Amino acid sequence: MANATEPTTPISTSSISIAPIATRSASKASWTAFRALLLRDLTVLRKSLKEFIPRTLLQPFMLVFVFAYVFPKIGQGVGGGGAAAAAFSTQLIAGVIGLAVIFQGIQSVALPLVNEIGFTREIEDRVLAPLPVGMVGVEKIANGAINGLIAAVLVFPIAAIVPATPVHLQIKWLELITLAPLSAITAASLGLFFGTKFEPRQVPMLFGVIVLPITFLGAVYYPWSALSGVKAFGVPWLQILTLANPLVYMSEGFRAALTPTPHMSLWAVYPALIGFSLLLGVLGVKGFRKRVLS
Amino acid sequence: MSETVIRTEGLTKVYPGDIRAVNGLDLDVKQGEIFGLLGPNGAGKTTTAGMLTTRVVPTSGRAWVGGVEVSEHPALVKQVIGVVPQSNTLDRSLDVRENLYFHGRFFGMGAKESRREADRLLEVFRLTERATAPVLALSGGMAQRLMVARAIMHRPSILFLDEPTAGLDPQSRLALWEILGDLHRDGQTILLTTHYMEEADQLCARIAIIDHGELLALDTPEALKKSVGADTVVTVSAHGDLEVLSEVLRTKVPGASSARCVENAVVLEVSGGGGVLPIVIATADAAGFTVTDLSIAEPTLETVFINLTGKDLRD
Repeated sequence: MANATEPTTPISTSSISIAPIATRSASKASWTAFRALLLRDLTVLRKSLKEFIPRTLLQPFMLVFVFAYVFPKIGQGVGGGGAAAAAFSTQLIAGVIGLAVIFQGIQSVALPLVNEIGFTREIEDRVLAPLPVGMVGVEKIANGAINGLIAAVLVFPIAAIVPATPVHLQIKWLELITLAPLSAITAASLGLFFGTKFEPRQVPMLFGVIVLPITFLGAVYYPWSALSGVKAFGVPWLQILTLANPLVYMSEGFRAALTPTPHMSLWAVYPALIGFSLLLGVLGVKGFRKRVLS
Repeated sequence: MSETVIRTEGLTKVYPGDIRAVNGLDLDVKQGEIFGLLGPNGAGKTTTAGMLTTRVVPTSGRAWVGGVEVSEHPALVKQVIGVVPQSNTLDRSLDVRENLYFHGRFFGMGAKESRREADRLLEVFRLTERATAPVLALSGGMAQRLMVARAIMHRPSILFLDEPTAGLDPQSRLALWEILGDLHRDGQTILLTTHYMEEADQLCARIAIIDHGELLALDTPEALKKSVGADTVVTVSAHGDLEVLSEVLRTKVPGASSARCVENAVVLEVSGGGGVLPIVIATADAAGFTVTDLSIAEPTLETVFINLTGKDLRD
């Protein structure tokens, strides 16, 4: 089949004209390329919505369905029945959105990158676009953040509607429109960092050893303040330990922005998310350069 | 048309573990020529191409592409080069046409211009019927044509091809040679790396022969072949100690300039070699060797390489 479509007569390229050696300014060309790379990624997202939507929705849906719908129905309500169950549903909505956002960092940035760098080598062509290599990494963060925000918007209705007990929402817009993008950028930076640190064969380990503890100990199912009850020798060790988990600040941030429930002080949430996104972003871009240049 | 578009000075790449992939390379590629880097696998060709195309950071030395120093302004260099890498780096998430379309957009084409140019190149490269196919559905030859189309889409001043026909069937290889010939006629400067001497011979105006990261010779194919100093190359297979046979042939065959053992045969270079075959057989016979196979050829780039390194290109 392949050979039948090979040309048998010479290909004429006579209409290809060669430009003289002339360049656009580096900054202008870089921004154009940056926007085009983003356009490419969003086109791929649009083309793969059929996979993006179930992959984004199913995990939060199952979580909310089992914990906040089935459990109350079968009398196993987390935190007891009635008002406590309603409080739990309200707790959970913020955590589930945080979870959806952080998963986008892994799924829309880290996983494709692991493959493109370590297996298909597709990244080599992207890196030849006329912009600094580091900006290709930054573009990955931008794309991951957009994916994360879309995921948050998709997941919100599920978390709000599915629970058997009413969810109490109290939306603080200023917090929401600042914390949501900040969370999405942090998650995407984390994705870039992981994407440049893992080989394709190590992906199961990424999920099993890294993503699992991040998601289970990310203040998704409980507010971070409640962990003060977990003590050894009078030290709330789990509460302290999980401060290293960026998901904690996302969940607590969404808790503050969406619900009237207790949450970590925003004086901690904002600096932590900014700090994490900067740290992971810089490490991610550095790691990216290191992986694609030799 | 003899303006220099690529220049390297002492270009060197040492990989971790003190692996000296390229060692002090000085090159000068002129506008409009097809320039070949010929050498066996591991000679440093791909590393050299990598340094010129910004993907490999030189350890020392300098390189200018289109008048721009590569290490200092990689993003500027990327505007003026087109690259066809050794492996298939087509965007698997996009279809055939989209691969070209987005490439155009990366390089600053508007949506309309990029779409029009993509369609035109699909036509030129006979891929129109596959425009909406996923790139993984393409045959090796078609994928390679698409990569060439992609590389020239933004009209680069210099086109780099790294082992462009490795792994292609003979028909696709010929088709690609045709494409490169046409591009050359249109004035495209091309630098290609290859370990196929026929490819270098057929396509290149000048060839740099490199091995172990060092430049061994640089000239036109004709001049390189002339440098061998013989007009006939006889390859002799025989039973027995070939080292002895090669010594016998070198000293006894009239006009023999050199003889050496390469891969279970003796390669004998002879000047004025009309009627040399009966003499070779008789000489071998007289020394007690039974010739099992015999072939005669003009010097090739392979001969040049053997003369320079004592081994053949396939090693």
